[in-house]
Amino acid sequence: MSGLFAFHGGLKTVRHKSESNQRPIQLSALSERLVVPLRQHIGAIAKPLVQAGERVLKGQLIGQPDGYISAAVHAPSSGTVLAVDQQPVPHPSGLPDWCVTLETDGEERWIEREPVAYQTLHHSAVRNLLRAAGVVGLGGAAFPSAVKLNLSGRSERLGTLILNGAECEPWITCDDRLMRERAAGIVAGLRIMVHLLDPREVLIGIEDDKPEAIAALNAACAGTGYRVRSVPTRYPSGSVKQLVKLLTGKETPVDGLPVDVGVQCFNVATAYAVHRAIDCGEPMLSRIVTVTGRVRRPQNFEALLGTPFAELIAQSGGYQDGVERLIMGGPMMGFALYDDRVPLTKAANCILAAGIENLTPEQPALPCIRCGACADVCPADLLPQQLYWHARAKEFDKAQDYHLFSCIECGCCSYVCPSRIPLVQFYRYAKNEIWAQEKEKQKAELARQRHQARLERLEREKREREAKLRQKAPPRADAPAEKSSVETAVARAKAAAPAAAEAAETPAAND
Amino acid sequence: MWLAVIALGVLAGASGLLLGFAAVRFKVEGDPIVDKIDAILPQTQCGQCGFAGCRPYAEAIAAAEADINQCPPGGENGIIALAELLGRDPKPLNPENGVEKPKMLAVIDEQNCIGCTLCIQACPVDAILGAAKHMHTVIAKECTGCELCVAPCPVDCIHMTPIAQTIATWKWTYPIAETAVKPPVAEVAA
Repeated sequence: MSGLFAFHGGLKTVRHKSESNQRPIQLSALSERLVVPLRQHIGAIAKPLVQAGERVLKGQLIGQPDGYISAAVHAPSSGTVLAVDQQPVPHPSGLPDWCVTLETDGEERWIEREPVAYQTLHHSAVRNLLRAAGVVGLGGAAFPSAVKLNLSGRSERLGTLILNGAECEPWITCDDRLMRERAAGIVAGLRIMVHLLDPREVLIGIEDDKPEAIAALNAACAGTGYRVRSVPTRYPSGSVKQLVKLLTGKETPVDGLPVDVGVQCFNVATAYAVHRAIDCGEPMLSRIVTVTGRVRRPQNFEALLGTPFAELIAQSGGYQDGVERLIMGGPMMGFALYDDRVPLTKAANCILAAGIENLTPEQPALPCIRCGACADVCPADLLPQQLYWHARAKEFDKAQDYHLFSCIECGCCSYVCPSRIPLVQFYRYAKNEIWAQEKEKQKAELARQRHQARLERLEREKREREAKLRQKAPPRADAPAEKSSVETAVARAKAAAPAAAEAAETPAAND
Repeated sequence: MWLAVIALGVLAGASGLLLGFAAVRFKVEGDPIVDKIDAILPQTQCGQCGFAGCRPYAEAIAAAEADINQCPPGGENGIIALAELLGRDPKPLNPENGVEKPKMLAVIDEQNCIGCTLCIQACPVDAILGAAKHMHTVIAKECTGCELCVAPCPVDCIHMTPIAQTIATWKWTYPIAETAVKPPVAEVAA
C-alpha cells in the first residue's frame, strides 16, 4: 500500500462539523411550491419542455439538455406547472434565471421507474441513462457526470478512480452523513462507475476527522477491492487536484485535468446518485444539504430540488439571533445570498447562516507588505502576490503568465493575508474579464466574417445586374453596317431610357 | 587570392539563390500590419471613424492616413491596444467621431414595421431578417449595435436598447470599488 503525498500549502481551519453531523439525515417536508431552475449545472441551460397549467408526474422530464455539456431537469414531485419564467436563484449576482415553478399536489405520483441491469448494457447506453437522469457532480461544481464517465476517446486504461469524501470545508457535513448512513448505496454507484471506467485501482479518500464514515465505507467495501484511505484533515484536501496528489502522488498538468494523468475523481454523493439512477430508475430529484450555523437545530436534510432555502431553515427551527449573512456553500468558497427564498439546486451542499463571529470584521484592505504568507498556503503552488499585482493593474496577460487559471479560488490566500486584501475577489474579477474579452473577440470575428460575406454578396449582385443590363441592350453585332454610329447610339439610348427610369423609380429595396 | 574570390562568389551566389527562393516561397500576401490592426478593431462596422467599415479604417491607419483615436466602440482599451501595437502614445478618443458608450442592441418594434427593407440594406452584417412588405426582425446574436439601421427607418420603429445582464454574462466587479461586499471568510484556528 502506497503512502500519502502531501500537497503544497493548505490550512488547518476550524471545523464546526459537530454542530450538524450528530443528527441523522431528515427527509424534508414537501413544499407547496417548488421552483426548479433550468440551469443547475455547468454548461448550456436546459430547454423547458412544459408550459404553465400542465400536470406533471414526479420524475417527469421538464428540461431537456441542450448540447453535450448540459443536464436534464426533472419535476421533483407531482403537481401542476404554475409558470416557466425568471425567478431568483442562488447565484452570487442575485440575478434571476429561468425556472419551472411547480405547485405540488402532495400525492407524489411517480413516473414509471425501471431499474436497469447495467452489466448487460453497452457503456454508452448506461451513460445515456445517466444523462437522461440529469446526474451531475454533487461536490459543488455540478458538471454533467456522463461526460466524465466517457473515456472512450482514450487509448490507455484508466489508472485510478477516486471517490472524494474528503469534505474539507468547515461546517459542511452532508457527505459525512451520507457516507455514515448510505455507504452501501455509494458503493453500488461506485460499482457502476467502475464498470464504465474499468480503472486499475479504486480509492476512496476521506478526511480523518470522519472516523464513522471511514468505518461505514470500510464495511461496505469489504470484498470489493476498493480501498478507503483516510487523509489528514487539511483544507483544501477535497479539491480535485489536491486529492489526486494526496492519494496518488500525481501532479495534474497546469492546463490539464486529472484524467490526463490517468485519474478520474467523483464525489461520494455523485456515486450515490448514479446508484439511484441506474439501480432504482430514479432521476436526480433531491440531494442532501447541510443547514447549519446560527439556526436552532443544525442538521442535514434530504430535500427535493426547488425547495426554498427559507423552508429548510424553518425546519431547522429557524434562525437564531445575530445572523449576519446567509451563505450557500462553505465559509471558504461559498457566496453570500441576497434572499432566503431561493430554491435548492443540485450544486447546493450547504446553507450556512453565518454570525458575525464567523466572518472577518469588515475593514478596508491595507497595502500588500509582501510577506509571502499567501504563497506559503497556496495549494495550487502559485504566486498569489504576483497574481494580485497584475489583476489589480488589469494586466491580464501577465496574470495568465502566472497561471491565473490554475487558481482554484479556495480562499487560503485571502484567509491568511495580514493586510486583509480580498485576493480571491481579484482573481475572480480577472478571470471573468478574460472570459468576457474572449467572448467579445469571438463575436467580433463573427461580425467580421458576416461583413465580409455581405460585401462579397453585394459585389456579386452588382456583377449580375450589370450582366443582365448588357443582355437587355440590343446586340451591337446585329446592327446593320450602313447605319451610322450616331444613329445606333440614339437607338440604344431610347431602348435603355424606359429601363433606366423604371430602375430609378423602384426602391433600392428590390435590388 | 582567386580561391578567396571564387569562395566568396560561390557563397554570394548560394545566398542569393536562397534569398530569391525564400522571397517567392514565403511571400506575404497583403499587409500583415493591417490584419493586426483589424484584429484589434471591434468589427462593429459602424463607420463612425469616417471609413466604410473596420477593415478600411485599419488600412488607413496602416497607411498613416487616419489616427488611432477614431473608433468609439473600441473605446479607450482599443486605443491603448492600437498604441501598443504601433509603438505610439495613446491619446483620448476624438470627440468628432463620437463617444464611448456601452454596447447596445437594435430592436425593431414589430407592430410598427412597414416592411420597407431599408434597414436590411443598411445593416453591415446582415443581422436583420425580413422581406419587402413583411415584418423585419433583428437577429440579436449577430447584431453589433452599430446603429446604422436606426436613421434609415421611415417610421422610427428601431430602437437601441441596452443589453440586459443575465447570469451567463454577469461578471465579478473590480474589488476596490466594492467595499460593501467582502468575501465570506471564516476564523483561523490557533
